[in-house]
Amino acid sequence: MCDQTFLAITFGPCDNCSQNKPLMNIYLKNEPINYCSLCVELMACQGLAKGETIHTLKTESETLKAKLEEERAKLHDVELHQVAEKIEALGQFVMKTRRTLKGHGNKVLCMDWCRDKRRIVSSSQDGKVIVWDAYTTNKEHAVTMPCTWVMACAYAPSGCAVACGGLDNKCSVYPLSLDKNENLAAKKKSVAMHTNYLSSCSFTNSDMQILTSSGDGTCALWDVESGQLLQSFHGHSADVLSLNLAPSETGNTFVSGGCDKKANVWDMRSGQNVQSFETHESDINCVKYYPSGDAFATGSDDATCRLYDLRADREVAIYSKESIIFGASSVDFSLSGRLLFAGYNDYTINVWDVLKGTRVAILFGHENRVSSVRVSPDGTAFCSGSWDSTLRVSVRFRFSGESDLRNILYSMVLLFTGIRDYRW
Amino acid sequence: MTIRNVRDHGQRYRPRMACLKKVENVVLEMQDPKTGVKSQTQRLVITTIPHAITGEDIVAWIANRFKTDAAEARAMGTMMVAFGYIYPLQDHKRLILKPDTSLYRFQTPYFWPAQQWLVEDTDYAIYLAKRNIRKKGMLELYEQEQYNNLYKWMNHKWDFIVMQAKEQYRAGKERKKPDRVVFDCQERAYWVVHRPPPGTVSAMDYGHDRMVDPNMEEKKTPDYYRRIIMFIQQCIMRPRVKSSVSIGALIKYTTTYKEHDPFLHTCLPSSPWITDDVTYWTLNMPNVETPTKMRVERWTFSFGELLMDPRGRADFRLFLKKEFSGENLAFWEACEDLKWGAAETMKEKAQQIYKTFLARGAPRWINIDGKTMDITVKGLAHPHRYVLDAAQTHIYMLMKKDSYGRYLKSPVFKETQKKAVAPESHRFTETQLEQNAKRRRPSLSPIILRQQEEEQKAKLAASGPVDITQVMSKLERKQKN
Repeated sequence: MCDQTFLAITFGPCDNCSQNKPLMNIYLKNEPINYCSLCVELMACQGLAKGETIHTLKTESETLKAKLEEERAKLHDVELHQVAEKIEALGQFVMKTRRTLKGHGNKVLCMDWCRDKRRIVSSSQDGKVIVWDAYTTNKEHAVTMPCTWVMACAYAPSGCAVACGGLDNKCSVYPLSLDKNENLAAKKKSVAMHTNYLSSCSFTNSDMQILTSSGDGTCALWDVESGQLLQSFHGHSADVLSLNLAPSETGNTFVSGGCDKKANVWDMRSGQNVQSFETHESDINCVKYYPSGDAFATGSDDATCRLYDLRADREVAIYSKESIIFGASSVDFSLSGRLLFAGYNDYTINVWDVLKGTRVAILFGHENRVSSVRVSPDGTAFCSGSWDSTLRVSVRFRFSGESDLRNILYSMVLLFTGIRDYRW
Repeated sequence: MTIRNVRDHGQRYRPRMACLKKVENVVLEMQDPKTGVKSQTQRLVITTIPHAITGEDIVAWIANRFKTDAAEARAMGTMMVAFGYIYPLQDHKRLILKPDTSLYRFQTPYFWPAQQWLVEDTDYAIYLAKRNIRKKGMLELYEQEQYNNLYKWMNHKWDFIVMQAKEQYRAGKERKKPDRVVFDCQERAYWVVHRPPPGTVSAMDYGHDRMVDPNMEEKKTPDYYRRIIMFIQQCIMRPRVKSSVSIGALIKYTTTYKEHDPFLHTCLPSSPWITDDVTYWTLNMPNVETPTKMRVERWTFSFGELLMDPRGRADFRLFLKKEFSGENLAFWEACEDLKWGAAETMKEKAQQIYKTFLARGAPRWINIDGKTMDITVKGLAHPHRYVLDAAQTHIYMLMKKDSYGRYLKSPVFKETQKKAVAPESHRFTETQLEQNAKRRRPSLSPIILRQQEEEQKAKLAASGPVDITQVMSKLERKQKN
């Protein structure tokens, strides 16, 4: 909860219908008003007033768009790479896979870390959801979902439950149990109900609420115990593929990315779409907040990853190379936000320097698309799940007996000899 | 044959493959007779195949064109082969790029993936039937199986299929031998891409279909524009910050946390993933008695960091207890519990908080300004999960601007800082590392940890909160005496 969370009235009497409801603050002729979401919809759906045609509305929206760009440009005084010139470069990194988790029979579609920094939950195309202790590579729990293509899975903050969903249009929460013989499916709670496939789900700060996004174009916040819908978020015009909650400090917002090439920032309290960014040329597959919560990165089918700054309200960096032509399916930041790990559809993982925009490492090793990349909660490693049905936990390789000079020399040797085969 | 331009073949049936257009542009460049890949005529068995290229030439060209190294060029080449833009002449079932003298050819645009027609089973049946006519028993095992399946469920059009196959076979015979060989290779490559042999990875597999057709334009009704207008108006009125300020903040964050990022700086004593020694995790458990120096340093970065770390919050709580202002933190925690808790318990939690913190004469009364108190009390008549938002923000800001600063200078914090551990970096020998790897142990399940926590909380609750009115009256009585 930093200073940026404006203290708008989010609940109270609507200016139009006077009922006590969550309010959206919008502007009518430059005057701020607080309408409930129903009144906002009614206002939007009024037929054409006198003297209005589709053309006048269209021209009005175009002039406003131009004005918005003008306002944004006024405050655009510097580029990221200009400011980043003063920072020292990172050099080339060497990454090594330390654990390979084998056990899924089919494509791994999604994975998530537990807050204890060593457990992982992963879901696959054949409906299996497995909880691993990645450190020992043991499987601790396994659930078989009644549907295939389990595209979303999440670990609860307490570490005592997992949520998953996919083609069944639902998100179900399974409390985990220490009893090996217990059938976890017996205690399952069906929480979310969408009208199309579930693409992504995430617990909020507790085990009691879940945020989901779906192929039907909406996101929704649910109460786990009762399955009640707490808030829904409408604004995407196509499938929503991914969402990410803001780090707890910066308040009650989350960002979602969809097939309409837009990344939207939402206020969880009122359901209002607060900001929107549309600079990608193709579907946005993944969105992730920068650790401070003031920016977020997206990975898209147009083979670029982009960084958007929320306070400056603009895109500030594009991470792309001419030789990368296949889409990025998943992105995540390292702990300090300096590195961006991105998994691509050409079976590789590229690691970008967020500030300078250069690539610091490329990892080969997966034999099919990389579907999910996540950094562990303490930032010590990252795990990549792939359609080749394995998960790999990788770290930065350094000599023990930490000597930066030796590491620099080693990476230079690798550069010159071109030995970069990480097939292990 | 050289392809000189790429026409838009539409993405109607390949909605999630925006990469195909880019691959096509690269292929076009590779085909250029002057600047493209060197092609040669190769003799294969008895016939000569024109325009054949070797694997190593492809890798070299890509590496040169995109300024990448050999491994990356090979990966890109493999993807192009996997999509069917280039096909291998030898070992045609394995769609990978071998960086040696193995031969490849460019696929004809007719067979490129982004065509406007679906790859249909009817066509596949015709293709397999044709091969059967040419030479019985020529089909592979998996192809034979598929052929039998298709025969079963396409039985109603089988006559049509056999007739088509015979026609195509006859038309093929009328071509010149080299052309026929080339066409056969191309067709075979096309079907290896679209009907892959079992156990191989198919690049055509793009996952789940999207709900919305990307080629369909959205209907532009009045409400569509009105929504845009409302949204943009709100965007324009939204306050924004100069780029230099916000980018500066991003860079400052990275610099502050640089030494805490295990990918940039080694973590002490060592990363468990590298040395298989979990001391790092044991030293950084959520509720450890003595934190590490790095962890304590993070508490000084921002108030949020201090509160998010359970050990830090405990330390802060201790400091506030000594200052008799513990109710602020308790109120903030109760509000968080309300916000993120189950919907059922919300109403009673709100009432409980009101009784404990906000009502007149409450045992842990918090000091907020009149206006906020007003809004909060009014809201509590119809409680919802964000009813205490205003009060919570006020208290949070109070703690951040006042208590936090004093905490950092307090003896409690200085004591913790002094006691904090700074572990030495591990230096394991090869044999020690191997032993560590053998001695990997599972950790306590989070379920057990949560049970332990609940027990602890119950004990704390039993000891009861500090009742300020009792303490005050005790002090008064002491003064009187």
